[in-house]
Amino acid sequence: MDLENQKRVKDFAEEYGAENLVVVLGAAEGEAAGLAAETVTLGDPTFAGPLTGVQLGLAVYHVCEPEVKGEFDEAVYDEQVGMMEMVLDVDDIVSEMEAIREQV
Amino acid sequence: MNSVIKGASYVLAHTPQMVVYNGTTQTTERIVNPESEYLKELESHLRSYEDCVNYWPNQVYIGNATPEDLVKVEFPYYDKVKEGADRYGKYGEIMPEEEFILLVQACDQFEVVLLDKDFVAAHKEAFAADPIITEDIVARVVEGVELAAIEAAVKEEHAEGLYVAGKLVGCVKRAHDIDVNLSAHVMHENLMSKASSVLALLYGVKNAGISKDDVEYVIDCAEEACGDMNQRGGGNFAKAAAEIADLKNATGSDARGFCAGPSHALIEAAALVKSGAYKCVAVTAGGCTAKLGMNGKDHVKKGLPILEDCLAGFCVILSENDGENPEINLDILGRHTVGTGSAPQNVIGSLVADPLEKVGMKITDIDKYSPEMQNPDITKPAGAGDVPMANYKMIAALAVKKGEIDRKEIAGFAEKHGLTGWAPTQGHIPSGVPYIGFAREDILAGNIKKAMIVGKGSLFLGRMTNLFDGVSFVIQANTKAEAEAAAGVSEEEVKGLIAKAMKDFAASLIAE
Repeated sequence: MDLENQKRVKDFAEEYGAENLVVVLGAAEGEAAGLAAETVTLGDPTFAGPLTGVQLGLAVYHVCEPEVKGEFDEAVYDEQVGMMEMVLDVDDIVSEMEAIREQV
Repeated sequence: MNSVIKGASYVLAHTPQMVVYNGTTQTTERIVNPESEYLKELESHLRSYEDCVNYWPNQVYIGNATPEDLVKVEFPYYDKVKEGADRYGKYGEIMPEEEFILLVQACDQFEVVLLDKDFVAAHKEAFAADPIITEDIVARVVEGVELAAIEAAVKEEHAEGLYVAGKLVGCVKRAHDIDVNLSAHVMHENLMSKASSVLALLYGVKNAGISKDDVEYVIDCAEEACGDMNQRGGGNFAKAAAEIADLKNATGSDARGFCAGPSHALIEAAALVKSGAYKCVAVTAGGCTAKLGMNGKDHVKKGLPILEDCLAGFCVILSENDGENPEINLDILGRHTVGTGSAPQNVIGSLVADPLEKVGMKITDIDKYSPEMQNPDITKPAGAGDVPMANYKMIAALAVKKGEIDRKEIAGFAEKHGLTGWAPTQGHIPSGVPYIGFAREDILAGNIKKAMIVGKGSLFLGRMTNLFDGVSFVIQANTKAEAEAAAGVSEEEVKGLIAKAMKDFAASLIAE
């Protein structure tokens, strides 16, 4: 995850409290989604950014996961995400995300 | 009449030592984690020049193999050797680091590049032997200095070292004592961009079969900025590179738009030529040192060589319609506007479907799409997937939403209308333009009729706007003959009308 984004996530967690934040990802690959999820839960696995060694344990989902999809207005979801949902390997993304959440 | 693509060039400079000393992944790591395993392992993962030349995607980039050849190569590519690989290709070359450093020195007008005199003596002959390097460029290379002077500049004056095989052979000094815009770091970055752009310009003019004096305007569309503390991005890389490439009749300017820069620049160039403002425009870009080894951590972790070890450049020459070469059709322009939004279907819609719909065409009417042509050998191990394939799937998904193809045809769409990525991940370099050379030839050979070049840019990286950006255009077979034939018919009609009027007039005179 971009170092600046890590900083912003960290700042938000301090300002609002980790329990009040949900991170929604839109990465196109399972691996990339998993890395971002790991960064905001267990800490930056690349040891480069402000979240290195910082275990925020934030709630994190990919926008294509059913838990998040159910929260949207169906028409808006179709307009904003429908096309990508058609081409993404959603099963792979879900399994990567679940694997990270299980470690928290 | 539309402008035509007279020729294109694609060049690489193999710069493994700049991966180590100038790539931001490495320079950042050295600051935040100086004892890291990655930094310890990095050098053992650098490729030799021969391995870099033998690498399939690089051979495609310089034109020694086609994208169709690459499709037949079993993935991954890094452990395969392209038989018959060569330093020189029909579009350009892969220049070794030693010779490239001499070219950089030749591009230096302010004596900020110091080279060890033994190093210069050892490599000047090879540099001069490169057929594209002219005598006047060779004459710009100075004899060099004692190594001690270079060591002192690096130790005491914050100069950026230039290395070959781990050994200091030169440096780039700062061009001002306190102005950070002229620091050694910035001067190094800008001179590398300028030098690779010069190389691209030289090949661009040669490949277009024109005289250097024919070029009237140059647009640089790289992603660097040159200037000083009073005008950070004042410019002008275009004219600076044109000077070294000896384009005496050219002026120019820099166009910027992150990775979309080249597509913006090509549309601007095509408009300049079509309007008659300039007869011949060169669009050029050099490479980016910061991006060297950008995904190096993942490559090293997975036991791969560092694949991002080349600075890349390209040049496209546009000229007045010659009745032969493929044209840029300015009637079909895609653009992501301020109001478009950032959802992928809005982005692809604005760049692909909307401009085609306006002229009554379908997504499937374009034979080949060239979006972001990143080499998947580099991006896949870094978790970023196959970027061109992701783009093709999105375009296909949009075609499904528009009812042009069936959902089952998404995979087949990529095969038919797509290409496998081969371009180095140098930001603006893979963005649509790598296919222009091949597209020109494919259209000339009658293999395809229309290709769409799609450039996209992540403007939010500059922290000035959260907006995304992109523009697209279509390259098509030459239509000059048809246009003239159409014009000819109307001329005949006019003549016929005049003849009839004369006849009627004569008849009325007789009647009187």
